Amino acid sequence: MIRPRYERPTLIRHVAGMMNKYARVGALKPLSHVDGVPVARLVEQFGSPLFVFSERTIVQRQHELKDALALRFPRSQLAWSYKTNYLDAVCRVFHREGSWAEVVSELEFDKARRLGVPGEQILFNGPFKPESALDKAFSAGARVHLDHFDEILRAERVAERRGLHPKVTMRVNLAVPGTPAWSRFGFNLENGQALDAAKRLRAGGRLELAGLHCHIGTFVQDVDSYRQEAKKLALLANQLQRELGVRVDTIDLGGGLASRNTLHAQYLPGDQVTPSLAQYVEAIAEGLEALDAGAAPPTIVLESGRALIDEAGFLVTTVHATKRLPDGRRALVLDAGVNALVTANWYKHDVVPAQDFAGMPEPTVMYGPLCMNIDVLRDQLLFPPVAPGDRLVFKNVGAYNVTQWMQFIVERPAVVLVSRSGEPAVIRRRESLDTLVSQEELPPWLR
Amino acid sequence: MNVERLRELAISDTGFVFDPYSGFTFSVNETGRFMLQALKAGHAAEAVAAQLAEAFDLTPSDDPSRDVHEFILMLREQQLLPHDDDREG
Repeated sequence: MIRPRYERPTLIRHVAGMMNKYARVGALKPLSHVDGVPVARLVEQFGSPLFVFSERTIVQRQHELKDALALRFPRSQLAWSYKTNYLDAVCRVFHREGSWAEVVSELEFDKARRLGVPGEQILFNGPFKPESALDKAFSAGARVHLDHFDEILRAERVAERRGLHPKVTMRVNLAVPGTPAWSRFGFNLENGQALDAAKRLRAGGRLELAGLHCHIGTFVQDVDSYRQEAKKLALLANQLQRELGVRVDTIDLGGGLASRNTLHAQYLPGDQVTPSLAQYVEAIAEGLEALDAGAAPPTIVLESGRALIDEAGFLVTTVHATKRLPDGRRALVLDAGVNALVTANWYKHDVVPAQDFAGMPEPTVMYGPLCMNIDVLRDQLLFPPVAPGDRLVFKNVGAYNVTQWMQFIVERPAVVLVSRSGEPAVIRRRESLDTLVSQEELPPWLR
Repeated sequence: MNVERLRELAISDTGFVFDPYSGFTFSVNETGRFMLQALKAGHAAEAVAAQLAEAFDLTPSDDPSRDVHEFILMLREQQLLPHDDDREG
């Protein structure tokens, strides 16, 4: 007699109200391979937890956006948002495929230069650019995005000292319906500050205003916000031309495009509601129709980060233990926590087993390895039975995690890139005790 | 173990459980159904674990004894076993 396979027992009380008209059966499928490489082999070779990036997906997403822009604008350019993921190998892939670099600190600027990015292909954003950073940027021919009046003064000083008349871009903040206003960066459009800044730049005679930049927010799922942003920037460009004789060669719409993740406060899953890259670009194109005809078309720049890299990243983790909480939920203790997966604080990350599974899904909470109450990767989801040693894969984790992750209690894990031909290679080694203590010093009296 | 409440449960062959006392319904998997039936019949936890090992195909990482105790906790949480009775058998 064939005996049925043993599963850990489940007892799930039926709760009214869980179903709704949008309900769908969670078609949970294991993810056993990343671009043809077995997850089990990756863990065997590189350990667990492990970040895995798909070069194929990075290239595919980047070309999707690039093609959408090229279809609608005679001149367009992508600039890779370093802060989203500045691992050398990842930046290299973006640059190889034609992206410039968008940096927001001197450190990032130096990293881009170190990777061989020509100065004139670096856009320097952010509210904090000391004179040393401006000096490097102007000397290398980078395009500085001015954020505030003090920065105009500082930039003029630096340019004068160098005997340069660099082209600069003015960052603008503006209000669009449907998206909370980001007013802390750049010059405000609605209260006339942006126009004042343009006049001030012209009067200074040292910096040439040649571009407009705006970034309306983050994880913006409403394409109409981009339509409004583009239209307002187009009207400002028209005004600058008309009133000041300033013709911008670049309109930079920033980033903020959403990935297919699902925010904690979001009802419908991200893979159902996140617009396609083409829909975003279409909205931008419609807004830019407001540009005065006759003027030479400016280069349209996007600095999208998350929407290009999130889907290329996976976090492989191993079940360390399972336990039953007093409220009946099953809890998993995983070997990766919020120290590695920072974005678990923002998203209900899609997570699947890496191996075949059987049995009834039940309410589950996923904890990390940290002895901290905040270490929760998923606080409530229906998940099939798993056992210690099983692998799980968190999806859409490519953005921000490997820049914002923390060395806290445990080492940061290794990062692997799977090439387009299916070859995995380490692009950041797993940290060790040596990594942790390499920056520390014992003062003489404690030696 | 006081299994009076368990005896009132209607348990279908497919793992659908109805509690006439509270009106609540539950789903149990095959192992859960087996445990429920055995506990309802008055078997002690360790006896149920031994029966599971006989009836199911186990892997080395499976531990029916741990799971029976965990299942008893789940039944208590759902008020299907009294909280004040913490001794098996």
